[in-house]
Amino acid sequence: MIANHSGAAAISIHGLSFAYDSQEVLTDVNLEIHPLDSICIVGPNGGGKSTLIKLIIGLLTPDKGSVCVFGEKPEGARLRIGYVPQYARYDPLFPISVFEVVCMGRLGGSFTGKYRRQDKRQALEALSVVGLSGIADRPFTSISGGQRQRALIARALASGGDILILDEPTANIDHESEMHFFDLLTRLNQSMTILMVTHEVGFASSFFKRIACVNKQVVIHPTSELTGDLIRDMYGGDLRMIRHDHYCSTEGHQHD
Amino acid sequence: MTEFLAALADPNLPFFRYAMLTGIFASIPFGIIGTFVVVRRISYIAGAIAHCVLGGIGLGLYLEKAVGITWFGPMQGAVLVALLAAVILTLVNRHAEQREDSVIGALWAVGMACGLLFIAKTPGYVDPMSYLFGNILLVSKSDFLFVLALDILVLGLVTIFYNKLLAVCFDEEFAQLRGVSSGWIYLLLLCLAALTIVLLVRVVGIVMVIALLTLPAAVAGNFSRNIRQMMVLAVLFCAGFVVTGLGLSYSLDLPSGPVIIVIAAAVYLLALLGGRLKKGTL
Repeated sequence: MIANHSGAAAISIHGLSFAYDSQEVLTDVNLEIHPLDSICIVGPNGGGKSTLIKLIIGLLTPDKGSVCVFGEKPEGARLRIGYVPQYARYDPLFPISVFEVVCMGRLGGSFTGKYRRQDKRQALEALSVVGLSGIADRPFTSISGGQRQRALIARALASGGDILILDEPTANIDHESEMHFFDLLTRLNQSMTILMVTHEVGFASSFFKRIACVNKQVVIHPTSELTGDLIRDMYGGDLRMIRHDHYCSTEGHQHD
Repeated sequence: MTEFLAALADPNLPFFRYAMLTGIFASIPFGIIGTFVVVRRISYIAGAIAHCVLGGIGLGLYLEKAVGITWFGPMQGAVLVALLAAVILTLVNRHAEQREDSVIGALWAVGMACGLLFIAKTPGYVDPMSYLFGNILLVSKSDFLFVLALDILVLGLVTIFYNKLLAVCFDEEFAQLRGVSSGWIYLLLLCLAALTIVLLVRVVGIVMVIALLTLPAAVAGNFSRNIRQMMVLAVLFCAGFVVTGLGLSYSLDLPSGPVIIVIAAAVYLLALLGGRLKKGTL
């Protein structure tokens, strides 16, 4: 799983606009993401974060403007993208093993979708990268929230892509899992471009290089410039701030 | 039960053996497709296809008896309309801006209405009850051959496209991202479901199709760690329900379809209660 960067911007968006029916969600968005960049996408609900992700992975088509992934249209570059959706939308009764979920990252190689020995080997390798080799045969729905999230990252890694896109991956996992999760992202960022949607701006500031606020338009800031006023501007109003104290786990979280 | 076994061995009752064999071999597509229907949560779509089948049966009867097209009977009509319904429902699911449940409801009712209109205009007396409630004892050798052909088709296509079917059922968006033509795979699933439903109509009738398609898989889901296990168990449960139902219906002189369904529902209930007792939530 060594990244193969061709010199082109990892993701390049120019003059992009998109509307659901007549409701405009994104207007004249311009964004340039370089290989090995790490960007955190924040913004109010309904601001267009998930729509932007779907446009980048080619599940939606822009009304105006263009999206390029490594110089290609998203549809052509899909196999270079590893995508981690929110796991909350999975059916809790679906009988499927962790290994079967991860193997899905290898789909697309053949007409029938049969996995070759090499595909299974890559799925096992991805499981070992996220530290889940020991639970490959366990039902996906029986493992913890943090483990599920790592299994979904393994599925994205098994794809062998150069970009990892995550949609609110920390929404349902505990504090300790979250720490392991960010450690894992730091390792992966050495060979992959990372793009993550989150509401937890505090964590984001310590890991990501840049922060993109999506609220119909996209404004990018280096995370080092992040201040309370800037966050208020990005969300268009006051927020309830929850300060996470990482090193006092016995005390729990402090709420301001 | 001895009477039932004697009937099976009786050379003068070949229809009974056909019924038994048809039930057992039909359990293969019922269990496999039923599993996909349950995990993809599309039993209401299966219900709409089942009710549309009456339209096909009526069309077949009308063309055969009123128009004189002898090669197009109720079975051909049922297959044609079931496949057509599968295509329409796939198109609605993918492209229509209408509410999907409204279209499903409309197809459900219109299919039945057309069927009854065709039957009304067909010369001679046609009893719609046998189609609505089915009768496995009326299956013929050609029905049995249809079951065998469907077994081969379902086993073959599900084996070939298993990974894609699984991916589309579990996470369609991700499957699409990996280059899987999710629309075609969904259509394949609905077409296989449509053919299975045509067969089910013969066994338990239109009204009870959803029950026999979903109950064995739902019971199996309580004991399965993955889809393959669920399919195998669903096939075994389904065969068990059909054989037991036939035996009981013969011994108690009751219609076979409803007995099969009641047994399946009772086992489903027991499996649910057993699961809750095991988890300590009862």
